[in-house]
Amino acid sequence: MVKKTLIPIGPYHPLQEEPELFKLYCEGEIVKDIKWETGYNHRGIEKLSEKKTYDQSFFLVERICGICSTSHPFAFANAVEEIGNIEITNRAKYIRSIIGELERVHSHLLWVGLAGHFLGYNTVFMWAWKYREPVLDLFEMISGNRNSYAMFKVGGVRRDIENNKIPQILKVLDLVKKKTDMLVGAVMDDPVIHARTKGVGILTKQDIIDYAAVGPTARASGVDIDVRRDDPYAAYPLVNWKVITAEKGDVFAKAEVRLLEMYESISIIEQCIEGLKKEKEGDINVKVKEIPEGWGTGHAEAPRGEVFHYVLSDGSNSPARHKIRAPSYTNIATFKKSCIGQTISDATISLAAVDPCYCCTERMAVAYDSKTGDRILNGNELIALSAKKTQNIKNQF
Amino acid sequence: MNTDEILKNIKDKFGSDVLEVFKKWETRANITIKPVSLVQIAEYVFKDLEFRFIIATANHTKKGFEILYHFSKDNIGLIANLHVILPVEKPEIESLTCLLSGANWIEREMHELYGIVFLNHPEPEKLISEGNWAEGVYPYRREFK
Repeated sequence: MVKKTLIPIGPYHPLQEEPELFKLYCEGEIVKDIKWETGYNHRGIEKLSEKKTYDQSFFLVERICGICSTSHPFAFANAVEEIGNIEITNRAKYIRSIIGELERVHSHLLWVGLAGHFLGYNTVFMWAWKYREPVLDLFEMISGNRNSYAMFKVGGVRRDIENNKIPQILKVLDLVKKKTDMLVGAVMDDPVIHARTKGVGILTKQDIIDYAAVGPTARASGVDIDVRRDDPYAAYPLVNWKVITAEKGDVFAKAEVRLLEMYESISIIEQCIEGLKKEKEGDINVKVKEIPEGWGTGHAEAPRGEVFHYVLSDGSNSPARHKIRAPSYTNIATFKKSCIGQTISDATISLAAVDPCYCCTERMAVAYDSKTGDRILNGNELIALSAKKTQNIKNQF
Repeated sequence: MNTDEILKNIKDKFGSDVLEVFKKWETRANITIKPVSLVQIAEYVFKDLEFRFIIATANHTKKGFEILYHFSKDNIGLIANLHVILPVEKPEIESLTCLLSGANWIEREMHELYGIVFLNHPEPEKLISEGNWAEGVYPYRREFK
């Protein structure tokens, strides 16, 4: 009988927004099956939101995700403003898009760094995270917080981006653009990264449609969807940009999409800043009296894909029903397609490719399952395995 | 096809199975259908009309258990909800997971939170409440006076 090794990924990890446990069942080097357990920390946010006023719910939904904290308020604002038929000012639209795109830049930099780390390229990790810092500093300058910016509200934004802050934003964007060139060069021109990521963790177009995957995960498989273009909101219809897609669906394609998207994000921010200059300072809110009875479906393109909010209003000051779908909810399920049949050392990067930030399970000890006698590997071992494979490939060049 | 054509198409094809079609505006629509015809209509919408499945929303109202299956036609920015109402006494409906794997998790979640039964679900295991919650307790159900 072939002995199966169980590799747990999760449930707790400092980089994950939520604890989840993935069990990889392996025979030798090959992943044969994958199972998951969730619900370790079900926070009941949808129910909680029904007890909060619309204004309070913004702070609540902002705390769903720790990395892309503005994408949920973005979608929620879209949904509520749809119910009330509220048209916000152009200045507020530009500010919303600037915040959304800055977030995409820092989130993609975070992913590039992590992907580098999982492949054994710690220099990429150090670079990407180093140049993510100035972006977070920008958030601090604009909102007072490095994360959870509390910028959104029904009818506009809470804080203005005054014109005197614009030079600093442009300076940081210039720096990030140059460093993105460097990172793109590091990833696109490195034969070892090609060898580690091309043909690995492939998701076909049909897999994406079947699993309802979204965002860069979908776009890397040739599924050309992006809410910013398909159902335009905020300032996206006011600026020129293009949706980045790739065809192969492997880890390399996902990296390519994310890296090239950063250029688009920077371009969007620059155009929004030009638009901002033309609008009157302080004109960031419209007065909202009440949210009428009705329903609204708001969605927004987060760094990881479409965030979807359905809000049902009964005319009171709280949502009567608030459904939230984060992009990882559908993207994670694609592991069943991308991981099975891969080697263990490739499973790490295949899981990381949809950007759920797994792969490092410090809380897991190396042990043998007392019931089955199956060997259990921990997260650090998994990364070490992946790094070793990269080293082996490097030695060949 | 634009929104009007799509809605007319669904109404013509499924006749009395479609109870109500409501176009909020060009990019938002709600189609209330009979629960028995869900799989048939969802298959048509997903495969023939090439809509993308977004997610499903369950809600407990005075009418019963309502489920909205949100689909999106991205090239025209349309979000169409397939809306079904299930009786409180027997909240059962056919699973869509065999048609589209993306419905797997949300159906299990709706079962755990509302107690709605999804018939013929290929993987009817617990998703979020494993080992945590009491059996037969559905926390998102409401009480009506």
